[in-house]
Amino acid sequence: MSDFLLFDEEFHQIKDVISRLHKDAQSKVVFIVDKNGQQIAAQGDLETLDTTSLASLTAGNVAATDGLAKLIGEKEFPVLFHEGEKDNVYIAIVGQRVILVVIFDERSSLGLVRLRVRKASQELERVFEAIQRKIETEKDRTDVDSPFAEITDEDIDSLFRE
Amino acid sequence: MTFINYAAREINCKIVYYGPGLCGKTTNLQFIYDRTNPAAKGKLISLATETDRTLFFDFLPLDLGTVRGFKTRFHLYTVPGQVFYDASRKLILKGVDGVVFVADSQEARMDANVESLRNLEKNLSDHGFDLAVIPYVLQLNKQDLPTAVTPDEMYRQLNYKGEPTFEAVAPEGRGVFDTLKSVAKLVLMELKKK
Repeated sequence: MSDFLLFDEEFHQIKDVISRLHKDAQSKVVFIVDKNGQQIAAQGDLETLDTTSLASLTAGNVAATDGLAKLIGEKEFPVLFHEGEKDNVYIAIVGQRVILVVIFDERSSLGLVRLRVRKASQELERVFEAIQRKIETEKDRTDVDSPFAEITDEDIDSLFRE
Repeated sequence: MTFINYAAREINCKIVYYGPGLCGKTTNLQFIYDRTNPAAKGKLISLATETDRTLFFDFLPLDLGTVRGFKTRFHLYTVPGQVFYDASRKLILKGVDGVVFVADSQEARMDANVESLRNLEKNLSDHGFDLAVIPYVLQLNKQDLPTAVTPDEMYRQLNYKGEPTFEAVAPEGRGVFDTLKSVAKLVLMELKKK
């Protein structure tokens, strides 16, 4: 299975889309996670939020729901919604590969979030398709060395030194 | 599947601790969490039952430092060991970069070790991975118990492909960091090959 590579150009495109979504949906936080639990980008009031844990739990949640969907003969549940007393979480699967999460409170509404997410999802899908194409091209390139081609035992040992 | 973020200059890798129920997977993570500098770790998340049995997974993010100008992040996960949680166990293996198999050294658990190893092989293959290829380390845990099978005998029964093997006593930390370091090294070396 090939690695997932994220380059500057697409990273900024993703940031643009989620910044706009954050504003248009009047949300608190928007973030994007891949289905393996790695956070790709985030936007909004992030200071008080443990986004790494959020990413992992969101992916776990989506994975469990995917399993559930398959058990009852559905391909997936493309949208999940958790309603809390103050904050709500809206989760949408984009292009079957990444997860878009919007956290919002009473300043917004489910209808608005749903509407804005639909538009942003389409834009994100295009960006992730472009990333996929780039990864495929990079895989076949032999003229550029990966920055990791020269990793030594010493480099790795240094990571574990106190 | 390693996630290499060139924009943020980060490498993110996923390591899964696998093994039969009560073999010490969560204890491994707990020890790593307790002994790691607060700046280098995130929160240890345990989705467990009221009796502290892992229900879905444990998760511990670690920042190990930089290699070749890239920040290396390891996400450590455990799976629920109990046989009937197979559906959840399989989900955790999605996108895995390296696996640690924690074996329980007690004689009475040898069958459970063998069964769990077979289950790992099958679940990996369902995700398109091959245990013979993926970075893999074997840990022989609970070597301090009086009923522990000798490391030689355990190796004879559980060795899969000549993988690095470590004797361990997880609550005391014996072998815990050696195991982690070994699997992390294999995962990073894998990047070099690509």
